[in-house]
Order: sequence, then structure tokens, then C-alpha cells
Amino acid sequence: MTNLPLKKNISRHPAFWINTIALVLLAVVPPVLFISGQPFWLDVFTRLVILALAATALNLILGFGGLVSFGHAAYLGLGAYAVGIPVYHSLYGGMDSIASFNGFLHIGLAVGISALFALLTGAISLRTRGVNFIMITMAFGQMIFYAIVALENYGGDDGLTIDVRSEFPLISLDNPLTLYTVCYLSLLLVLLIVYRITRSRFGLTLQGARSNEQRMRSLGINCYRYQLIAFVISGAICGYAGFLLGNFTTFISPEMMDWTRSGELMFMVILGGAAFLLGPVFGAAVFILLEQLLREVTIHWHLPFGILLILSVLFFNGGLAGAVSRLRSFKNQ
Amino acid sequence: MKKLLTAAIVGAAFALTSAHAADEVKIGFVTTLTTGGASIGQDQEKAVKLALKHIDNTMGGKPVNLIMADDGFKPEVGKQATDKLVKQDNVDFVAGYIWSHVLLASRKSVLDADKFLISANAGPSPVAGKLCHPNFFSTSWQNDQTPMAMGETLNQQGVKSLYIMAPNYAAGKDMVAGVERTFKGEILGKDMTKWGKDAQLDFSAELAKAKASGAEGIFVFYPGKAGPAFIKQYQQAGLRDSLPLYTVFTVDSISLPKLQDGGMEGVLGSVSTGHWGPDLDNEANIKFVSDFRAEYGSYPSFYAAQAYDSILLIKSAVDAVDGDLGNKDGMRAAMKEANFGSVRGDFSYGNNHMPIQDFYSRKVVEDADGNWTTQIEKVVLDDHQDTYAANCNM
Amino acid sequence: MDTSLLFIQLLNGMQLGILLFLLSAGLTLTFGIMDFVNLSHGSLYMLGAFICASLTQLTGSFILAALLAIPLTALCGLIIELVVVRQLYSRHHLDHVLATFGLILCLDTLAEMIWGPAGIAIPLPAFLNGQVEVFSGVVIPTFRLLIITVGLTAAAGLYLLVNHTKIGMLIRAGASNRTMVGALGVDIKTLFTGVFALGAGLAGLAGLLVAPIAEASIGMGNEIIITTFVVIIIGGIGSMKGAFIAALLIGLIDTLGRSYLDDLFKLIMSSEAAETAAPAISAMLIYLLMAVILAIRPQGLFPAASR
Repeated sequence: MTNLPLKKNISRHPAFWINTIALVLLAVVPPVLFISGQPFWLDVFTRLVILALAATALNLILGFGGLVSFGHAAYLGLGAYAVGIPVYHSLYGGMDSIASFNGFLHIGLAVGISALFALLTGAISLRTRGVNFIMITMAFGQMIFYAIVALENYGGDDGLTIDVRSEFPLISLDNPLTLYTVCYLSLLLVLLIVYRITRSRFGLTLQGARSNEQRMRSLGINCYRYQLIAFVISGAICGYAGFLLGNFTTFISPEMMDWTRSGELMFMVILGGAAFLLGPVFGAAVFILLEQLLREVTIHWHLPFGILLILSVLFFNGGLAGAVSRLRSFKNQ
Repeated sequence: MKKLLTAAIVGAAFALTSAHAADEVKIGFVTTLTTGGASIGQDQEKAVKLALKHIDNTMGGKPVNLIMADDGFKPEVGKQATDKLVKQDNVDFVAGYIWSHVLLASRKSVLDADKFLISANAGPSPVAGKLCHPNFFSTSWQNDQTPMAMGETLNQQGVKSLYIMAPNYAAGKDMVAGVERTFKGEILGKDMTKWGKDAQLDFSAELAKAKASGAEGIFVFYPGKAGPAFIKQYQQAGLRDSLPLYTVFTVDSISLPKLQDGGMEGVLGSVSTGHWGPDLDNEANIKFVSDFRAEYGSYPSFYAAQAYDSILLIKSAVDAVDGDLGNKDGMRAAMKEANFGSVRGDFSYGNNHMPIQDFYSRKVVEDADGNWTTQIEKVVLDDHQDTYAANCNM
Repeated sequence: MDTSLLFIQLLNGMQLGILLFLLSAGLTLTFGIMDFVNLSHGSLYMLGAFICASLTQLTGSFILAALLAIPLTALCGLIIELVVVRQLYSRHHLDHVLATFGLILCLDTLAEMIWGPAGIAIPLPAFLNGQVEVFSGVVIPTFRLLIITVGLTAAAGLYLLVNHTKIGMLIRAGASNRTMVGALGVDIKTLFTGVFALGAGLAGLAGLLVAPIAEASIGMGNEIIITTFVVIIIGGIGSMKGAFIAALLIGLIDTLGRSYLDDLFKLIMSSEAAETAAPAISAMLIYLLMAVILAIRPQGLFPAASR
């Protein structure tokens, strides 16, 4: 992994301008497409932004913390079911304590349950390192997957349709443009949060633990505690992304927490460039748009997609961000 | 960044090319064209193309524009494909759907946009009951019906005890519930095996249990590729004589040629139930089956038969309003009549727009040309309506 | 409890374990020696099955086809190593995961384009298609006995290769300290390529053994690869002994869980609750086992020396 430390004087870095342009485009292009009669492309971008948000959450521990979690799709699923289950009970009765259409309750549940799950599994997983950590996080993800499959009340394998979206005062998520705006603003907020975390003492310690855990420990710093907190924050944000995803798709199933989904999140982070603030956004954009465009061309779109993945690893060491930074150092020579 | 721009430009280009032309009938057909489920989807695609050929690609005097879409065997992908058909291609009808979970995930997208949704296979209980909808029609069955016919068949054949195996997911549970509802004998054991992505395909442990249970028969539901795998192991375990096989949606025209290639004689003589069979004797079916065999060299499966019917059902609606696709009420009323030459013979629609139809017991035999196929034995359930119709307020 | 049924289930569990071992042997070697995470190992398993299916149709003999399919799958592994994998040894694990995921997409789609999406059944010769009575009352399919025999033979062969040959010495040395082996002037590149091809051949063997039971089908490798990873993690990365023991353990636990968990649950809960809980728990069982083992022994049961 190439480590791209955040530059002190960030506005002088060309990446700063690329980032700004990207975020402005994300704010402008999808609504324009929607108004010009392309509602489907707004959907594509909504999914893109939600997954970029989840990937940004993963980047906090994967990129900055060096902890490769292969089970992050579980949080997306937990967040989505935190919308689906209360709505289900409001419509069909039972479980009065959580039966509600209230969006704030849904967010609270999504974030709370995800954080709790992250705390429990993180406490165990963080005892391991390297590939074992990858696999144990995947194992916990699979357990949640099978647990949801067993919940027949909520459709089990067949999934659950969310008939009514989360309700908020003043706004309605049923309007696709409103939903996109909420997702986009959420992404900005999460980027800001992650940025602030990485520049804080906490974040610097976390990155220090990634580079050299032994040294941090000899400085008397309890890396485990820092990593666990980061793991919980990451899980909680991902749970929030799940809340958005549930409201977007209005259909949830255990499939969305399968290990391949966790893999896709990982790929978005790596493709964009780990430990680079906007890396996951670029990764998600390339991933989703490429998938959508190749699908138009052939039903065998997996083949060119796979080849591009391999080529990007072979030639873009460090993801897209790595490529950009090398381009820059090439120019400076 | 460039890619983002390219995407935006390409998106705009699509906008120009996909402008809706009102002088054609647009039908989206969602099925599985990739992954292990693709053999079913391809069979359906063949049948849809044959149906369009039979009707000269015309409905109500307008040409038909068919758009096939792949669900990748995943509800999420199926929903995305459906959204695209509805929002971007602006189709008039969305048909297809092999899998219950894909249908449940996608139905809201179609129905909220005030389009017609025709299921050519999936029949989960909610869409027949509390989620029934005026714009939803089925050309297949409700999940419980076929196994209910099986339970009845077992009673008639005097089977006193049964071992049950099915995959552990919603349709699997429906099938088991269906057979348990009508079967009067004793159930000596039941295994619900792992399904989904890493589905269990090695049934040795379960077959050993089934054999030890001493049941007089084994009932299984293994759709798709699990079916041949199960039957092979059933044969290799030598259970053909001691534990007769009764299946639903497991032995079909897709799996039989493969089983024949593999020399799996254990399946010959096994009993299954269904609403249709390639040998069903009516004019529409004779034409469908013989043309299908002439065109593609194999028997059509029941999936294909239902897909064929879905196109004819749509045609009956568009013809009734003379191609006036804005007349939704007229088309809905026409479909409700079920007035087209269905390959299953005459049937009617219940209040929930699920077919009220006959179910047959069938046996696997070798036909005159030496191909393995199913042969209808008798009617088990006559004009049968699903039990969930009562929950539908329509 | 019915003891002959229990015995049959033990044999079934052993058969699953042996298949898992054939897959994990290659994976744990590439992992242990080259430190390379190969998600696409399962695709080689699929290729073995399809190549064998095609050759069976071509030659009419399963045995001949199987004997040809093993070196052919190894050859596929060799090509993949030379074209893609070789460039990635020095990279981070994440790059391995990403690139080999790309490989899975390519190989699965290529297989679908070559062999079609439907999957191919492999007919067995009559003498393998029947059953044998192992002893009184215990009857199992002949082919399953063959799987166990072939798998144990392969395991014994691997044991001899790794522990009693010069190549094996290099492999073991590589697993403990690959830099040192390279520094001692061993042609490390060729050794890596050879080990990768060997792993591919073993995966192909597992695939062609499974195909006559299930069938050769697209994506069959992706279903088993995660279980295989569970095996090598539990066994300890790079440890052949660990992989063998963990594979048998997982095979037995999975099979016995599926067979007896519902009866066990019925003792403590209503039969309806047991019918719901048992399949869910038995599907989770191997992951639970892995989580528990890693929580207690983060390095796995038998970590290779000095890792």
C-alpha cells in the first residue's frame, strides 16, 4: 500500500482541485440528468454516493488504520434492517417498542446497533493481525448474514420490502431529488468527520499504529483502544450508509451483507487509493459507472471489468490517487 | 474524473436514443441470463422469441419492441434492471421473474410507475395475498399449489410415510408447507439445506438419514442446478427401489437431457406434479411444443411455457384496446378474462389475478425418440385456487 | 443413536474434509511461501471440473479424462502465475485480493463463454457408480470411497514431497523465511511458479472429484473458496499439517452439524424452533469455530515456524 499522507498545505496540492471539481460535479450532474429526463441515472448516482459514503467509513480503518475489514457489508445490512424492521411492524403490528416510521429513530437504531456490533466483534477481531483479521471480520459478517436469513418474519432469504420510507419533518425521501440531496450532504458531512478525525491526535495515533505498532506501544500508547474506537466509528458510519441504502432501494435482503459485497467496498477503497480522503469516492464512482456502462455493452461485462481490475492493480500501484500523485512527481522532475 | 464526464455524456446520449415511441409496444422481460440460473433464463428467452414469431411481432396493429434484462440471480440486480426498464426505457409491460425474491424486490418499482407486471414463474405468497395488485398478473401459479398437488398424489398412491428435503429459503419453506398441508401420512424426517450463494450440493448426510428413516418415499424441491446434483446422488446412493422419488420443480426439460447424458436412470419413473407438461393435449400446446422442438431441438421447460403464455396474455390485452396503450383499464379488464390460447388449456383468473387451473401428476418416461421427458398421468387438483386469495382485498 | 448411520456420516464428513484439504494444500503453500493471497484458487477448482467434463465427453473415459485434466489445470495455473501473479508478489495483500478478484471475474466469464452457463454433468463408469458395503449395514457410494482414497493418497504424497525431498526442503524453508532462501542462491522464481502450478493441479483434482457428484458449474469455486480460507486460517497459514487437520475438522463439524443439530436442539426447545434455528446455526458453525479459535489462538492451531 502506498501511504499518501495528507499534505499540510492541502490547497497547493493538485489533488485539492481535483477533489473540489469532483464534489462539485457530484452536486450538479445528477440533478441535471434528472431534470433532463434521466431519472434512472439519478438512481445510479444515488447508489454511487451511498456506497462512496460506506467506503469512506471503511477507509477510516482500512486506509488510515491499516485494519482490513472484510465484513463491512454487515453494517450496511444492519442499517438497512434498522429501517425495514420498524416500518414492517408499523404496518403489520407487533413489537410496539420499535414500530415506527420516524426517521430519527431509524437513524438512531442503525447507528446504535452497528456501533454495538462493531464494539463486540472488534474487541475480539483486533486480537488478530493481518490476514487473520481479514478472515475473522469476514466470519462475523457471515454470521450476521445467516442470522438474518433465519429471520423468517422479515422474509429471510427472500428479503423485505420497505413499503414506507423513513419520515422526517419538512422533507420527504420519496422525492428522488430530495433523497439524493440528503445522501450527498451526508457524504460531505462524513468526509468532513473523517478529515477531522485523521488530523486529530486520535487520528495521528491511529496512523502511527498502522505504520509501526511496536513503536507506538513502546511510547506507552494503547493501540488496541484507539483501533477499537476507530473500528466502532467506522461501523457506525457504515450503519448510517445502510439506513440511506434501505431508504433508497426500498428492498433489503441478506444478499446485501454477503462477503462479496464487503469485497466490493474494499475494492472501492483500494481502487481509489487507500488512506486518501476522497479515494473511496473516486473508487466508488469508477466502480459503479464502469459497471453500469459495461452492462450496456454486453451481458458478459464481468470479463472486461475483471481485466480492467487486474490492469489497474498492475499499473496503478496505490489506486487512482497513487496514479495522480505519480503523475505529479513526474511533472515536477 | 474523465470517466465521470464520459458517463455523463453517455448518459445524455442514451436520453436522445431512448425517447419513447408511442407507435410500438414496449415489453421488458427480466430473467436470469448469466450465472448458474442462466439455463432457465435462456429457455424463457427462446420461448418469448418463439411467441413473438407466432404473433408476427405485432400486438394491436403495432410492432413489439422486446427488451431482455438480466437479474444476475440477485434481487438487488433484478431491481436495478427493472428500474432501468421502467424509468429509462419506459416500457409498457414488465414480464418475467423466475425467482420469488427478485419479484418481491422489483414489484414496487413497476407497480408504483403504473405499469403492468406479469410474473412468468415466481409465485410467492405475499403477491397472491396481502400484496395483491390490480396491475399484477401471473401466468404461472402460487408456490404452494404444486406441492399441494403432490401431497394429494401421495395420498392417492397410498404412500404412508415420507421424508422431506428442500433448500432453506422462502420458496423451499412454501413447498414444504404445501405438501404438509395435503399429505395425510406421517412425516418421518425433514431436512432444510443451506441455500443461497454457497448452497449445499452434497447431500450425502441427508440421504443417509433419509434411508435410515425407513420412509416409503422422499419428497424434494431442488430448482436449478441443485436438482441434477441431488438426483445423481440419489442414484449413486442406490435409493431408487427402496425410497421412491417425488419432486416439484426439480425434474424438468432443462435437467432431464443432462440427467440422460449422465446416465442417471434413477430419475426414470419418478413422480412430479405441475400445471403443465410438454405432452398436454391442446392445440396451442401442440403448436408451441412442436415448433419449440423444431426451432431449438429440445423440449421446452415449464419456465418456457409460462414465458410463452406471458407474451400471449399481453397480446390479448393490447389487441382488446386496439393498441391504445393509454387505456389501462381496458387492458386490465381484457387480461382478467384470460382469453388467449394458453398452452395449459383453459383457465381463469381469481380475484388476486393468480390462475385458477388444473394440476397434474406426471411421470418421467422415455419418449418414442429415446428422449427423457415427463408424461401426464392424471388430474390431481381440479380448477384449483391458491389459499392466499382470501387475504387479497381485490 | 444409530451407530451405522453415525459411521456413514463420519465417512461423509471425512470426504468433505479431504476435498477441502486438496484445495487448502495449494492455497496454504502459496500463502505460506509466497505470502500471496489467491482468491482465484477456487476458479482453478472450477477449471479442473470443466476440463475433466469436456475430456470425458471427448474420450468417453472418466479415468483417462481425470488423469489428463490434472496436468492441464496445473498448466492453467502456470500461465496465470506467469502473466499476472508473478508481478504481484512484492505488493500488499490488498493488491493481491483486488487482482485475484479480477481474475475470478475473468475466469468465470470465460468459462461461461466456453462451456455455457448450464453446467456439465460427468457420467461415471459403471464400476464407480454403485455402492459398496464397507462392513455389515454400512453401505456407501463407491465413488465417495474413491474420493477418500485418492485424497488420502495425495495427502501422503504431499507429506513425502514436503518432508523428504530437496524441493520439499526448499518449500519448508521458504515458508519460514523466504528472503533467506532467496539469499542462499535458490532460484526462487522457478520455485514459486512450480509451487503455484502444484497448488493449481491439486485444486483441479478436487474439482474433478466433485464434478461427478454435483456437476461442473460456473461459480462453483467461489462457493467453496471461503470455506477453504477458513480451513487454512484455523490450521495456521503455511502449515500443511494444520491444513490437513483443520480440513478434516471442518468437514466433520459441517456434516455432523447438518445431521444432528436439529435433533440436538429438539432436546432443549420446541421442534418448530429447532427446525428454524438448526439450519441457521449449522450454516454458521464453521464461522463460529473460526472466530472462537482465532479469539483464543490468533495464529491458528499450527502456525508455521517463525512466522
